[in-house]
Amino acid sequence: MQRVAPLAVAALLALVPLLPLSSYLMHIFILVIMWAIIGMAWNLLGGYTGLVSFGHAAFFGLGAYSAGIVYQSLGWSGWWGLPISVVVVTVFSLVMGFVVLRLRGPYFNLSTLAIGEVLRVTAQNLDKLTQGDLGILIKQRSWTDKQNFYWVVLLMALGTYYVVQALVGSRRGYYFVAIREDQDAAESLGIDTTLNKTIALTVSGVLTGLAGAFYFNYMGYIDPKVVFDLPGISILAIMIVMVGGAATLAGPLVGSLIMVLLAEWVRSIPKLGAAHMSVFGVLLILIIIFLPNGLVGDFAKIRRLFAWKKAS
Amino acid sequence: MTALLEVREVSRFFGGLAALTDVSFSVEKGEILGLIGPNGAGKTTMFNVVNGFYPPSRGEVFFKGERISGLKPHQICQRGLARTFQVVKPLQRMSTLDNVVASAFLRAKSKAEALAKAEEILKFTGLWEERDMLSKGLPLGSRKRLEIARALATGPDLLLLDEACAGLNPCELDASIEIIRKIKERGITIMIIEHHMKVIMSISDRIVVLTYGQKLAEGTPADISGNAEVIKAYLGDPDGD
Repeated sequence: MQRVAPLAVAALLALVPLLPLSSYLMHIFILVIMWAIIGMAWNLLGGYTGLVSFGHAAFFGLGAYSAGIVYQSLGWSGWWGLPISVVVVTVFSLVMGFVVLRLRGPYFNLSTLAIGEVLRVTAQNLDKLTQGDLGILIKQRSWTDKQNFYWVVLLMALGTYYVVQALVGSRRGYYFVAIREDQDAAESLGIDTTLNKTIALTVSGVLTGLAGAFYFNYMGYIDPKVVFDLPGISILAIMIVMVGGAATLAGPLVGSLIMVLLAEWVRSIPKLGAAHMSVFGVLLILIIIFLPNGLVGDFAKIRRLFAWKKAS
Repeated sequence: MTALLEVREVSRFFGGLAALTDVSFSVEKGEILGLIGPNGAGKTTMFNVVNGFYPPSRGEVFFKGERISGLKPHQICQRGLARTFQVVKPLQRMSTLDNVVASAFLRAKSKAEALAKAEEILKFTGLWEERDMLSKGLPLGSRKRLEIARALATGPDLLLLDEACAGLNPCELDASIEIIRKIKERGITIMIIEHHMKVIMSISDRIVVLTYGQKLAEGTPADISGNAEVIKAYLGDPDGD
């Protein structure tokens, strides 16, 4: 059941491009799925292992620039960025982990925030390699219509789901949650906390980087302000998981659907649109107060609320 | 024959404060060693040094003949030395069962094996009925027993119990004493910190007394309860200063 259900959902979703949908709607579908990947990746580190990262834009941007630089400097297809981003992000995560995983609590959170920003500024200034704020533009994207991009990202999401599910259901999953709940207790119970935190960070980073490499190929243009963006990438990743439900398998999927649609909708409202980040902020506060476990985690609570309304 | 655990002239300083000064003792295989002393004597610090949370400032700790001081807690746990915490540290948002499963993975090759081990341990410690409860919802008595269950699930040869009986009601106390006795019957050596004299005197084979970070006395429960120095450390000087 647990293995087949996501496959069935993916199979159904794979049929979506066969419907006569507008290019805009297909774009939204692709964004929802891409953000679901980032949400699942963030959730592995922030939700299960309890290491709340404010800097996932670092991984996303590294993935995007792996693809961008391969395309720009070597003249290869941007799709080579997918495997290459895995190598780049793995190395980066190991180095980053060596430094930041010594820190605990707010110090860890702040250091991830700083790393995301450091990479943005670095990318802006390394203009020989990244062309700085000019960004990197693909002269001709692989496909003009969106359906192939859709299938690629759907396949990536399915893979991500299985990776997270396999990790969480195994010995590692128990270790991750044990570290989240009490690092000293976990350590004294024979769990190598440094090793397991490094694994969580690296896997989470690599999955996010893959989404970034896809983003470059899909959008055809990246610049440091877009792919290393703090509110647009790092914070949105957190919001998706918080809204959907941290440390649940389905949470990031639900969260990504809601947040991407909400972002599109709020942005289209005249005057309020420009303040969409403020709207998200208010939403986040409400979620933390009333549904601290997210829509999926507090599903029983939501159902009770509606049942009570019907009864009265 | 070498002792299971040997503490050699261990000192531990926090800034200028000497929490432990040149303490030496050993734990023989199969015994229950009680570690007692007034508040602030350095008992928990001693556990933290043995368990690897603090490296000793001076001195060495040997376990099964191997030097373990300087290793990390998880490495020491892998070598067969497990502990419980005085201030219980349950993995709060995990069920009682999952708490024990997470520890049992240390020696289990598969999830099924870890689950089987956890089931056996939970039945042994009388927590099986509460297996599906989140551990933050457990009453204190059960949380204290969960500490023991988790430590046992790592398959230790030496178990350090830090006030595993503190704060329990008389009924829970008897149950815990019974569990500690049964752990000894399994061939697991125990070192226990306890303030409850009834517990410490009835289960210990030998007792080490610490005061102000130094070893004051060592001996059988009968020796210790008759030792004038120990009585002085606990009750003050009878001559009245």
